[in-house]
Amino acid sequence: MKEIAGNTIISSLTTQFEAFEKQLNGQSKSAVHQVRRAALAQLQTAGLPAARDEEYKFTNLTRALVKNIDFDKSAPAFALESEAIEGVQVEGLDAYKLIFLNGEYNESLSDTISVDGLTVLPFQTALKEKQETVEQYFGKNAALESDPFIAMNTAFSMNGVFIEIADKVVVDKPIALYFIGDSANAQLSYQIRNLVVAGKFTQATIIEKFDTVGGHESFTNVVNEFSVDHNAHIQYFKIENDSDKAYHVSNTYASQEGSSNFTANTIALNGAMVRNNLNIRLDGEGCESHMNGLYVLKGKTHVDNHTVVDHVKANSYSNELYKGIMDDKSRGVFNGKIFVRQDAQKTNAFQSNKNVLLSDNATINTKPQLEIWADDVKCSHGCTTGQLDQDALFYLQARGIQKEKARAILLRAFASDVLENIDNEAIKNYLEAIITERLEA
Amino acid sequence: MLSIKNLQASVEEKEILRGINLEVKAGEVHAIMGPNGSGKSTLASVLAGKEDYEVTGGEVDFMGKDLLEFDADVRAREGVFLAFQYPVEIPGVSTTNFMKTALNQIREHHGEKPLDAVSFLKRMKEKMKLVEIDQSLLSRSLNEGFSGGEKKRNEIFQMAMLEPKLAILDETDSGLDIDALRIVANGVNALKSKENATIVVTHYQRLLDYIVPDYVHVLYKGRIVKSGTKDLALELEEKGYDWIKEEAEAQA
Repeated sequence: MKEIAGNTIISSLTTQFEAFEKQLNGQSKSAVHQVRRAALAQLQTAGLPAARDEEYKFTNLTRALVKNIDFDKSAPAFALESEAIEGVQVEGLDAYKLIFLNGEYNESLSDTISVDGLTVLPFQTALKEKQETVEQYFGKNAALESDPFIAMNTAFSMNGVFIEIADKVVVDKPIALYFIGDSANAQLSYQIRNLVVAGKFTQATIIEKFDTVGGHESFTNVVNEFSVDHNAHIQYFKIENDSDKAYHVSNTYASQEGSSNFTANTIALNGAMVRNNLNIRLDGEGCESHMNGLYVLKGKTHVDNHTVVDHVKANSYSNELYKGIMDDKSRGVFNGKIFVRQDAQKTNAFQSNKNVLLSDNATINTKPQLEIWADDVKCSHGCTTGQLDQDALFYLQARGIQKEKARAILLRAFASDVLENIDNEAIKNYLEAIITERLEA
Repeated sequence: MLSIKNLQASVEEKEILRGINLEVKAGEVHAIMGPNGSGKSTLASVLAGKEDYEVTGGEVDFMGKDLLEFDADVRAREGVFLAFQYPVEIPGVSTTNFMKTALNQIREHHGEKPLDAVSFLKRMKEKMKLVEIDQSLLSRSLNEGFSGGEKKRNEIFQMAMLEPKLAILDETDSGLDIDALRIVANGVNALKSKENATIVVTHYQRLLDYIVPDYVHVLYKGRIVKSGTKDLALELEEKGYDWIKEEAEAQA
């Protein structure tokens, strides 16, 4: 075996995979398991991102994981009190709740959902009960080669959720997925695989929140695949306000059919190192995609958002707005790619990334990348990085507003256009409370 | 009310104010005039507490307190108001919310309870009338996309809301047409009382037709080189600043 990045992790995972395979019994011959095997093989050949990997240039997740996470350790038992479980949830959010403890679905803490035409199942149950649908969509959007962490996740895909929304079904409340880890006694790592299949003319909101409670390190790796059919309106929230020792990587892939609307709101407020890959493929005409991102970072938190918008067909619209506020020694990374294929005439694609650095030791690396093969398109991108506007600060102070308060007002105003885009009051209030408290501290 | 003694200030090592002396009593209106670059706006900013300027000497007593000891926000809460020459645009903050925060911080400073919503709105309406400003403008982001006249009216509106003891108007007339000038001046005049004072910083005499000063001071090269009544302003309008410069150079 040639030298690959993260080989100690991969050899641990290989051992784990063998054990995992043994307990599958009859299911080891399933189509899904063949994909898992291919995923492990891919991981063994390609390895984890190397230090010089262009896609992970500013985020050496492999090194961080080698240093901080012991993949040989099995997951500790979950022993958190219900208070801790409640504590990480979004207050006042009226949603169908699904609770996952150390990665595993917990039926008794989760809501029973009975909406006609809506199927919500733990992923492993769906492997048996919805085998055909799973096989049709699983691994189709999130290709193994596109990111080593997709391969890692796919190899162990077992926990997570399967959501299928039948044509014309409007899900009346958001579906909130809470992934809660207990790292009080030992470190923890787990993988989550979610699959969402939204039929024609459907409407739904899905919220995903990862939290680790406890003083040890954690690593979570999630892959979300969204299949968004004609005229479907799907909204996805990712809220990351995890512990200081939480390492997290996510790959969210959405594929949109004609006239569909997909919105991703990616919020990162805390963690050790967070990497979010968001890939949207607009594979029909008249599609709309919205990507809102906000990262408000302090301490040594490192958050990397990589996004790809792929305009395959004509007459679609995408709009991306990511804003970041970095304090202390925190680091933000933004990389936004827009592809406009030759057939995607009359595309409108916009991208904006704006950052404020509050300390001399905070860093932002931002890179827009546009590749346009069609000739009749409207595309724009822009990024700005600066410090807090001192003239504005003085203006507020000159009206009697305390410096700290004035600073908070300005930063809150900076973040406001992302927050205003959030179409859910409880989530907006939750985020505003955290951000305001953070900024006034 | 305000007593400035030998005030000296510099920015980036460059001396701009070279010993200003000025006494302002309650109920008075003082005009500070002078050619471009004489230090007029610097004086206004230094009094308001802008950190870019370093005070290198002198004293400023404001109602018995050492003004230079205070940060900009405390000065404002003590009753100093600066109407900016170039009001800053702040996207995402409405004038209404901004005023509510400012007013309540000032009230808190004086041991008063925050104004309830009804009283606040009543006060807003009253003051809006004074400067003929529209509610819709105040609900928008602070000064964002406002015309020059709207920005200046918004400054006077804020002044009316906060009821300062000492108002410093920094080139409030710059860029205003005659209607806007009249509205702004009317606002300032309506707010005048025996308890407060106004310093009008301007290059031209025109504003002083509307806001009639008790005293006029001419600033040149960081010093007040001549003081007089409103007639001095008229003389400057007629003869320009050259004779003042010559007089000052001759003395120096």
